[in-house]
Amino acid sequence: MKTTIRVGLSTCGLAAGARATYDALAGQIQREQLPITLQRTGCLGACHREPLVEVIDAGGCSLYGPVTPAETGALLARHLTASPGPATPEWTVSQRTDRSDYPFLGRQVKVTTQLCGVIDPHSLDDYLAHDGYRALRQALQMSPEAILQAVTDSHLRGRGGAGFPTGLKWSIGRKQPGQRKFIICNADEGDPGAFMDRTMIEGDPHRVLEGMLIAARAIGARTGYIYIRAEYPLAVKALHEAIAQARAYGVVGKNILGSGMDFEFVIKEGAGAFVCGEETALMRSIEGYRGMPTMRPPYPAESGLWGAPTNINNVETYASVPSILLNGPGWFAGMGTVASGGKSGGTKAFALAGAIRNSGLVEIPIGLSLREMIYDIGGGCRDGRAFKAVQLGGPSGGCIPESLLDTPVDYENLRATGAIMGSGGMIVVDETTCMVDIARYFLTFTQDESCGKCVPCRVGTRKMLNTLTRITRGQASQADVDRLLSLCETVHTASLCGLGQTAPNPVLTTLRYFGDEYRAHVEEHRCPAGSCGM
Amino acid sequence: MASDKSDPLRKYVYRGDPLAEPPPPELSAIFTRHRGAPDALITVLEDIQRQYGYLGQNHLQYLARQLNFPLARVYGVVTFYNLFRLDPPGKHQIRVCRGTACHVNHSAAILSHLENALGIGVDETTPDGEFTLQTVACVGACSLAPVLVVDEHTYGRMTPDAAWRTLTALDEREAAA
Ligand SMILES: Cc1cc2nc3c(=O)[nH]c(=O)nc-3n(C[C@H](O)[C@H](O)[C@H](O)COP(=O)(O)O)c2cc1C
Ligand code: FES
Repeated sequence: MKTTIRVGLSTCGLAAGARATYDALAGQIQREQLPITLQRTGCLGACHREPLVEVIDAGGCSLYGPVTPAETGALLARHLTASPGPATPEWTVSQRTDRSDYPFLGRQVKVTTQLCGVIDPHSLDDYLAHDGYRALRQALQMSPEAILQAVTDSHLRGRGGAGFPTGLKWSIGRKQPGQRKFIICNADEGDPGAFMDRTMIEGDPHRVLEGMLIAARAIGARTGYIYIRAEYPLAVKALHEAIAQARAYGVVGKNILGSGMDFEFVIKEGAGAFVCGEETALMRSIEGYRGMPTMRPPYPAESGLWGAPTNINNVETYASVPSILLNGPGWFAGMGTVASGGKSGGTKAFALAGAIRNSGLVEIPIGLSLREMIYDIGGGCRDGRAFKAVQLGGPSGGCIPESLLDTPVDYENLRATGAIMGSGGMIVVDETTCMVDIARYFLTFTQDESCGKCVPCRVGTRKMLNTLTRITRGQASQADVDRLLSLCETVHTASLCGLGQTAPNPVLTTLRYFGDEYRAHVEEHRCPAGSCGM
Repeated sequence: MASDKSDPLRKYVYRGDPLAEPPPPELSAIFTRHRGAPDALITVLEDIQRQYGYLGQNHLQYLARQLNFPLARVYGVVTFYNLFRLDPPGKHQIRVCRGTACHVNHSAAILSHLENALGIGVDETTPDGEFTLQTVACVGACSLAPVLVVDEHTYGRMTPDAAWRTLTALDEREAAA
């Protein structure tokens, strides 16, 4: 068996210096004419150990990281000599094919990210060798109704945050009259601290395209827009490349695989506005206007892009679809909470980051507890510090304290805590971070990103930010905190779009679970975490 | 375009009068590519900024005329989106990530260190035209927080000192070249 070596060259790998590691390996393999296939891949998810190098040979599958260029010689020697070096190098991550010696990967269940870090994202052949476009072929043989039924039965729900049932959304799209329909893939990934969509697009771009093609077939759309943030240059490139390959292969353009279906992709780069992740704002942005949300109804399904029926889904939602068709809706639903009386099927990817030891991209069956994610997979806090909170859902989400860590990760249970499932950002906060400052941080963000169209959001977030700033400076009273609460109520109820409606969540959850920190700031003019500099 | 060593910004500037003389070929090429597309405005703006580093007043006037939009609408779109800038950037664009993962890993300290060391604030350019300092909401390398982006390169696991060393190394590399 010829040895294969894979090096992850996603944004995260490159930021950790993976290019130099790759070049060192490539140089030595060429100089010494070694019988090794060197492969560039996307990110395996274990970003905390980047640069990651995986060796697949007769002995199985070994994972190493971080591997610096200086260590590549030792790594090659270890796998090329008949009797490998005695000691396991300290940069070994895992030596078992099933990763049972490495819980970070061993505990995950990978569906949408199954090929990230495994295939070369620049190679269509690699994707095809792993069942690529087989689900599309299947979909082209099925009636649109049968596809809708499968997606409905899978209990797939929107991964962009709100969790709307995808089968239902597609059925509404299907029912709309007229020939001119659009689908949109929302790859704006605006939550700071989230990188699920980036990892998927950089690591396995064809899966997203295949999901969109299946959706187009089910709904009857001929054009699909991918709205992707400009801050992800590698992902944008990967999409352009993948679309060109898919066209050459015959799954984009006219008469796809002889089925009579026509479909075109258009990539639209965002221009750095958080609110453009909101579906109505996103469509205005595609049309070339300021990205300001509009009132719903009408929903995009009835009147979206240029007034035509439009189906909009998140990257991960689309990326879930090929596996549902290949393995069956029952398989997908079985991984979620459906059997235990819940409403969600499948897996969800999270970007685990912040003060966590094993940060990276984690895909889990819906329903796993937060504690299992943070301790068993994430390895707890960095540098032996104490856990304080986990923040989910970015600026629209909330902070969950230690006492609620047994909450299962699903839409309903997380909402009950005051946080949300969100799109998958999961930031762990340790004892060195002040929770009032976290609330202030998010309000700085939402206040800055508020589009200014409606008064409650434009003025309300500004007032909330001012109050929070005064609290962190020790200049506020309890009356200010009370006013802050009632302001939260107003902004939540009266704002036009989700940005304003959810902006109070970081404040409300920190007030609810970390009220003593607010009190210390207000009554004793003291920051318990010692970070507010009073 | 000839590179003029004494003025690093020169290469970005399209000084022609958009209404009087024909635009440089690279600018008209952008329009040829997108003319007729109903949604061209933002894409064209992005392409112009990629070409010149910023959006000059004459670019916007030219664009408004070509796409048959009121200049006010063009300006409204430009000022809505964070990506667009109306003045030339420095030779190197430094972006400090202020996303959540970077924030809880103390990226504020990196930003204030660079502000002090460079003597400029956010969205400002050093008087010698070398560096423009900016913040970014997140570049998706959150596992390596705190993150610094210099031009096209992303650097992870930064500290205030390491960030400053990254910039000075850039200078030295250029001095050697
Ligand atoms: C302020 C705001 C920002 C949003 N940002 C995103 C985003 O970055 N990515 C995303 O997929 N959905 C985002 N959404 C949700 C979208 O409006 C929409 O619900 C989603 O794309 C639908 O796809 P899904 O059904 O697959 O989840 C955002 C919503 C709001 C209110
Ligand atoms: S928060 Fe800094 S890269 Fe995401």
